Amino acid sequence: MPAIEMSNPAALPADWRDILALTKPRVMRLVVFSGLCGLLAAPELPPLVLGFTAILCIALAAGACGALNQWYEVELDAKMRRTAKRPLPAGRMDRGAALHFGVGLGAFSVLLMGLATNLLAAALLAASILFYVLIYTVWLKPRTPQNIVIGGAAGAFPPLIGWVAATGHFAALPLLLFGIIFLWTPPHFWALSMFVRSDYAAAGIPMLPVVAGPRTTRKQIFVYTLLLAIAAVAPWPLGLTGPIYGVTAIGLNLGFVILAARVLANRATEPAQMDPEKKLFAYSIVYLFVLFGAVVADRWLAW
Amino acid sequence: MVKLEEEVVRRQRDRARITAWLLGAFVVLLFFITIAKTGINW
Repeated sequence: MPAIEMSNPAALPADWRDILALTKPRVMRLVVFSGLCGLLAAPELPPLVLGFTAILCIALAAGACGALNQWYEVELDAKMRRTAKRPLPAGRMDRGAALHFGVGLGAFSVLLMGLATNLLAAALLAASILFYVLIYTVWLKPRTPQNIVIGGAAGAFPPLIGWVAATGHFAALPLLLFGIIFLWTPPHFWALSMFVRSDYAAAGIPMLPVVAGPRTTRKQIFVYTLLLAIAAVAPWPLGLTGPIYGVTAIGLNLGFVILAARVLANRATEPAQMDPEKKLFAYSIVYLFVLFGAVVADRWLAW
Repeated sequence: MVKLEEEVVRRQRDRARITAWLLGAFVVLLFFITIAKTGINW
């Protein structure tokens, strides 16, 4: 971008790249993928354009959450290396514009979802936005080390919304998929927050490694991994999926438990020696993609 | 150094162009949603 001769860049209309960055496109990928899997795993599929619109609405809602999160946390983001270059803390964008963009995008996504699919899916989408912004970002995140345990529910909505957009009602499998992401969130984020602990401490965010220390965090990571493994394998013995999903889930969770056990055994306190935590974090992302891919593969190949 | 006015115009043009494309895409999407919801087969 060319250098600009001025003292207040926020006085300029925001560059479209900064508006796009507000939506956290990287986070959106996993949200869209899990929503798509929820939709494709449903027993009945909507017309292609309605399915596409449902996934588009989930992506737009995720973008709205990202924008509203960055609007609210601008001071916190400025204190952390990882987030200091975002458009708002870096001063490239007006804060009010981010708020208007986030609210507008969120409202639009809910209205479009209601129009294209059904009211239950639209209501769930609205609930997920409100949960993420009000319950997680505003209320829990700055107050309690359990922030991501409860806040994880916000990220768990997409497969449920995808399924409901397709069928118009709840069912056991999407509720279990909701539970899987809910239980996956703590080990995923705690592994990350172990090696960026100093960032969270500098910003005053009470993440578990900051408040309770590495040892307690590692124990919690292991406990949640065991609970996740039970929830992730459960759809097969419950008869909700077939062996394609079952075998994949067993293999993936075995890997997750082994990596979590290595984290549990690690005694390092410096980020440079936290290889097990870094590996667990990277694995957890692949894990969710493959597990949800297996749900869809099982639905389409085995039935 | 780029003059402020030039940068403002460049950004406004970029945003106007993207907004126009998005609005166009939305109209097309709305059309197909209507077709799908009314159950019309081509």
